[in-house]
Amino acid sequence: MSDESRGDGSIPLMQQLLDSPILLLIIGVASPAIFYTLWGVMEIISIPLAP
Amino acid sequence: MAEFRTCPDTGFKIDLAADKLIKWNAVTAVVFLLVGGLFGLMVALTRWPAVHLLPADLFYLALTAHGLDVLIVWIVFFEVALIYFCACVLLNARMVLPKVAWLGYILMLGGAAITNVAVLSGESSVMFTSYPPMMAAQEFYLGIILFAVGALLACLVFFATIITAKKERTYEGSLPLVVFGAMTATIIAVFTILSGAVILVPTWLWSLDLLANIDTLMYRVIWWGFGHSSQQINVVAQISIWYAIAAILFGAKPLSEKVSRGAFLLYILFLQLASAHHLLVDPGISSEWKIFNTSYALYLAVLASMIHGLTVPGAIEAAQRKKGFNKGLFEWLRKAPWGNPVFSGMFLSLILFGFLGGITGVMMGTEQLNIIIHNTLYVPGHFHGTVVVGTTLAFMAMSYWLVPTLWQKELVFPGLAKWQPYLFGLGMGLVSTFMMGAGTLGVPRRHWDMTFADATLGYDFPAAANLMMGLNGVAAVIGSIGAAIFILNMVGTILWGKAKVPAPAAAAEAPAAPSVTGAATSYGSAGTMEVPGTFVLALIFLTAFILYYFVNWKYLSGVWGLS
Repeated sequence: MSDESRGDGSIPLMQQLLDSPILLLIIGVASPAIFYTLWGVMEIISIPLAP
Repeated sequence: MAEFRTCPDTGFKIDLAADKLIKWNAVTAVVFLLVGGLFGLMVALTRWPAVHLLPADLFYLALTAHGLDVLIVWIVFFEVALIYFCACVLLNARMVLPKVAWLGYILMLGGAAITNVAVLSGESSVMFTSYPPMMAAQEFYLGIILFAVGALLACLVFFATIITAKKERTYEGSLPLVVFGAMTATIIAVFTILSGAVILVPTWLWSLDLLANIDTLMYRVIWWGFGHSSQQINVVAQISIWYAIAAILFGAKPLSEKVSRGAFLLYILFLQLASAHHLLVDPGISSEWKIFNTSYALYLAVLASMIHGLTVPGAIEAAQRKKGFNKGLFEWLRKAPWGNPVFSGMFLSLILFGFLGGITGVMMGTEQLNIIIHNTLYVPGHFHGTVVVGTTLAFMAMSYWLVPTLWQKELVFPGLAKWQPYLFGLGMGLVSTFMMGAGTLGVPRRHWDMTFADATLGYDFPAAANLMMGLNGVAAVIGSIGAAIFILNMVGTILWGKAKVPAPAAAAEAPAAPSVTGAATSYGSAGTMEVPGTFVLALIFLTAFILYYFVNWKYLSGVWGLS
């Protein structure tokens, strides 16, 4: 049993995030997709073509 | 309806469908380790100047096959076995979608076979990275795509199983830390596979002449989202194994569940961004992109690795001290089971990964320092310090527990098994060190002949570089003997091992059972931070880290004389 629940039985937000595989999957794919892939691709396609 | 058996050693309830799939994936992994390892030995013997085993065409063929079979096929098959073990066995859950899991296995095996045939036919010696405009046979790309689709199906089965296990209440509360680590690896795997699909599908169409061109820079950026992230799956999988072995052998709980989970979260957010360090000297991409991805973000992932590197030995120390090993700083470590390959393999993996793979990875990820060693033999030296003495050694250690437990057989050569992690760890640790030494002296990676004997313009490396390459060859032979002993032990145990004799009297009080079920399958911290020996080890590591980093800046300052 998780020892993260508060006295009133509610679960902290961070614990809810860590307990949600789908949410973690989404941020785990989105973070590198944005910062690494999309940003990198945008930089490449913005290189002007040689005349 | 799922059928279960109960493991007599651990008391785990194991779904028979999962049992079969874990075994088939693990065995297939070991077969590809044998194939890829043999190619690796040929590569090392060719780069040994005095031996220079293969002609140029066969060298590049062997290098391609070595990279694919060990960096991808061996590792991913073993990781699939591992995530099925975590999802089904550690959670006492039924496997959801076993038919999809078998389809995944068949696609992976078929894909690996197709790519291997394409390489062995001699038409696809494009190496692991397969950079355009070099073009391989279309089967080369097709095989990798099929393999990746199979691996993606395995990820799907894993997620479906852990979500169903939660609904069916096979466990309470949060996922156990080891399973959480396996989930982190699987999340990284999903991004990895999607990146591979985005770039390898058009590259396959290009090889079929259905696309006119593949932009080389675009390929490199997206391909490294696949190529390097696949190695980040390994890092997370090996760390999960460290936690699992600490729990299995010592009943150790992490010093702080919250901190360890937080460290895995840092991996989920940032580890994959480190792919950018392969592109630090590429034109056309801004310094902002390079520095954000390799410095700001990478350092958060490095922080996570250092947390795991501290908390795993810390957890072992806490557990050992509870058992009374309290004399001085290191009695807990001296009295650890160094003759048990499960422990020695795991602990060597932790130490060697940190000192050889970890520190050098941070150095390479620094844009200014990267230029000293970019595209030299230092790079494979670094990743032999991560994937070989880190991941592969951890997987070997886990196999020494997993194979006798799942097959219920005694190890066929227990005496050799005691020595195997030391032999493999020493041999491959030296391979990593000598490669990095030669790379620092400028020896290029992926080059058939460092003497440039048939080149119009020759180049003489310092004599020390030749010495390093010779020592690298000797070390590779030692490491290969270690790998051969492992494979012999695993195959021998599965085929000819004596069945374990059930010991009912002992089973009732077997220490392993409560340790495994208690520590590896539940949530909770060690309840102490009093681990002075671990803090001393951590200080030694940090000192080495700072010194090595400083030495490389000093070295960089000497590359271009400024007055």
